Amino acid sequence: MNLLSFFNRRTSAPVARERLQILLAHERGVVGGKPDLVAQLREEILAVVRRHVMVEQDNVQVKMNRDSDISTLEIEIEIPAPVAARA
Amino acid sequence: MAKVLVVTSGKGGVGKTTSSAALGAALAHGGDKVVVIDFDVGLRNLDLVMGAERRVVFDLINVVQGDAKLNQALIRDKRLENLSLLPASQTRDKDALTEEGVARVLDELRQKFDWIICDSPAGIERGATMAMRHADVAVVVTNPEVSSVRDSDRIIGLLDSKTELAEKGGRIEKHLLLTRYDPVRAERGEMLKVDDVLEILSIPLIGIIPESEEVLRASNVGSPVTLNNPASAPGRAYFDAARRLKGETVELTIPTDKKGLFGKLFGRRAA
Repeated sequence: MNLLSFFNRRTSAPVARERLQILLAHERGVVGGKPDLVAQLREEILAVVRRHVMVEQDNVQVKMNRDSDISTLEIEIEIPAPVAARA
Repeated sequence: MAKVLVVTSGKGGVGKTTSSAALGAALAHGGDKVVVIDFDVGLRNLDLVMGAERRVVFDLINVVQGDAKLNQALIRDKRLENLSLLPASQTRDKDALTEEGVARVLDELRQKFDWIICDSPAGIERGATMAMRHADVAVVVTNPEVSSVRDSDRIIGLLDSKTELAEKGGRIEKHLLLTRYDPVRAERGEMLKVDDVLEILSIPLIGIIPESEEVLRASNVGSPVTLNNPASAPGRAYFDAARRLKGETVELTIPTDKKGLFGKLFGRRAA
């Protein structure tokens, strides 16, 4: 470790603090009776899609990223090709 | 052939989750396909230690109960592509883990991975027995401290009686991982020595992880210590342990953190 990296090195405790704050903000909401908004959106969006098309569970990929300012929900659904229209 | 490895201890706080993450990352770094499963239902922490806490969508219970497919619940590590995590549920009850359900999930994982590392919760209740139930290999994490050694002895007894392998008349492979070891204090006679613990527990040693600031630093930033600082003393010790798990013969040493002039002058750095 040289002199420069010693001064530049970001200490890890602030990272830990920030990670915990974000995580606990989400978890307290869930445990306190308020459903996790992102998780609820996930369920309802899938339910709506299923009402219109048969979706195999295998063809659904859900990704979430909970952040302090913005949380993202990414739902990728493979919708089967419609049966070819009659000529 | 895939191996199911349980990381267990009986006592809490001795380093099961740290070791599961560190060994998993070390094995994956060597090219093996590895999944680490959190069995601590209701009190999950492996996701946090591995830095995936913001990405959990589904969990082990969802898969056991058929609400989600395995590949939907597996979280691929962002640093090592052949390392995955299967998180525990934070809101459910440990009774939701059924033996058949867990067996089914493990069978499916055996098809996809070389190593299935089960991070056991503390204690000897359902979560802990489920984590060890189907294991081929056990790593018993022990601190050089009386209560930890006693609890490890108890867990070794359970590994020899309550696992599927033991019930079929087989013998589960058991290894001792001694963590938070301080060679200086052991030499001064203030801490149980490696040989003391080995004599009492009489299972082979897989590694000695020295007490180090690097472990806290790694968990602070959500990275297994073997990835966060592979050259650190615990990093090297876990890499050696992982190689021994793979059957290699690696000379047993207790690595130390080398401190440069600066480190010596200032003693400790901010964690």
